Amino acid sequence: MKLIIAMIQPHKLPDVKQELYKNDIFKMTVTNVLGAGQQKGFTETYRGVLTEVNLLKKVRLEIAVNEGFVEPTIEAIKKGARTGKIGDGKIFILDLPRCIRIRTGEEGEEAIG
Amino acid sequence: MGLSAVLDTVWVLIASFLVFSMHAGFAMVEAGFTRAKNTVNILMKNFMNVSVGLLLFFLVGYGLMFGNSAGGFIGTSGFMLDIIDPSNTGNFAFWFFQAVFAATAATIVSGAVAERMKFYGYLIYCAILTAVIYPVVGHWIWGGGWLARLGMIDFAGSTVVHSVGGLSALAGAAILGPRLGKYNADGSSNAIPGHNIAIAALGVFILWFGWFGFNPGSTLSASSPAISTIAVNTAIAAAAGSLSAMIFVWIRYKKPDASMTLNGALAGLVAITAGCAVVSPISAIIIGLLGGVLVSISIGVFDRKFHIDDPVGAISVHGITGIFGTLMVGFFAQEKYASLAGFENTNGLFFGGGGRLLLVQFTGVAAVAAWTLGTMFLIFLAMKKAKALRVSRDEEIKGLDIEEHGMEAYGGFQIFQND
Repeated sequence: MKLIIAMIQPHKLPDVKQELYKNDIFKMTVTNVLGAGQQKGFTETYRGVLTEVNLLKKVRLEIAVNEGFVEPTIEAIKKGARTGKIGDGKIFILDLPRCIRIRTGEEGEEAIG
Repeated sequence: MGLSAVLDTVWVLIASFLVFSMHAGFAMVEAGFTRAKNTVNILMKNFMNVSVGLLLFFLVGYGLMFGNSAGGFIGTSGFMLDIIDPSNTGNFAFWFFQAVFAATAATIVSGAVAERMKFYGYLIYCAILTAVIYPVVGHWIWGGGWLARLGMIDFAGSTVVHSVGGLSALAGAAILGPRLGKYNADGSSNAIPGHNIAIAALGVFILWFGWFGFNPGSTLSASSPAISTIAVNTAIAAAAGSLSAMIFVWIRYKKPDASMTLNGALAGLVAITAGCAVVSPISAIIIGLLGGVLVSISIGVFDRKFHIDDPVGAISVHGITGIFGTLMVGFFAQEKYASLAGFENTNGLFFGGGGRLLLVQFTGVAAVAAWTLGTMFLIFLAMKKAKALRVSRDEEIKGLDIEEHGMEAYGGFQIFQND
């Protein structure tokens, strides 16, 4: 079992969701985060003054999957989130030793669903 | 100036200030009913409605609306207030009163085209409406034009202001197309909730308050015997509208929905605007109750049946209810009340006047609808062809605040991306 964490551009979330749905992946957690990788900043203006913004808005997806779904999930996220420009984001794969469904108490591969 | 003239001028000015304050109401309602990422854009559109509207009405609009009539269709003098002697304070007050009305008509559209229209495209639309489209209608009905000569009664503008605004909104929203994610392939509709119902409610309260300048102010005279009746009719029609809308959605959707209740109050106000001076308070309540139900049904029809995305319900609140209110005058006008406002021998169908007034009202409604829809469809189509109408997909998803204005409304807040 793996936990896939992806940081993507917020405006690509609808596309990523659609790609995941197409691959039968519906269960996920989404949070708003601030972050930066190679994109070091962009400029905004406020009342005529340029402001450098160093931490940018991103969206963080967390999806727990069984082994068979790891590659489809990665491909779906890549396809949905890519724009070709710096700032597209990253995908991290973590090992997931245990997973429990609270309602029924099921564990393991059954619980991930 | 005699005391009477002084009081009249002061009253018209105060009423104008109240109507001006309605822009704050519009801005808050629209901001509340749309998403946070587009708030700056909504505010800018509403603000520019006032700026562009007042200036263009000064340059061109007023002359077309109240100038010497050319065949009853259009005015031909009074541009830039050149014929008005500044020592005639009353005339300047009248200009101001009319100017804020014009700006109100234009701002109705900003809600219906929200969240996906190019800002500079909106400015172009606003200029054209306040300079030409609206003044022509105003001339027909208030400037001594052909509908006025037929005896059409639209006391404070259910047709002149609200149906012109509402039908322009219809043309705009239809040509612009729905927001991304609003309609699914199978035709079902998704809710795109507003981000601040508190602000929306504040907006409706401000609009209701400002309407006390809109309706009673149209007497243009502090000593008009009808002035208090008008205020009463305005207040109770709004109350009836919000009540009936609330009960309707409570029964239909099992919960008293706040946004529909707010729209219901506005519907009651729009519906009574044409007849506030010529109907009895009981009639006002009936018109308000019907208006509230009508707007609730209409919003659903435009959304689910015609798939026209109207984020704030402007088409239904102003267009449909405006037409309805104008027609209601043909049923409910009563000599007992109308004569106080200076309309002699005026009775609607329910009070022995036969169908004559109703026929005139219908003629007016149809003519204005044809003019407004005809011109505005062409204008929006032309803008679409010139690519001046809709923002790109990425811009729409990122939000117009960042894309069109380079700033955020809620700096430092995390706006939830949930599309």
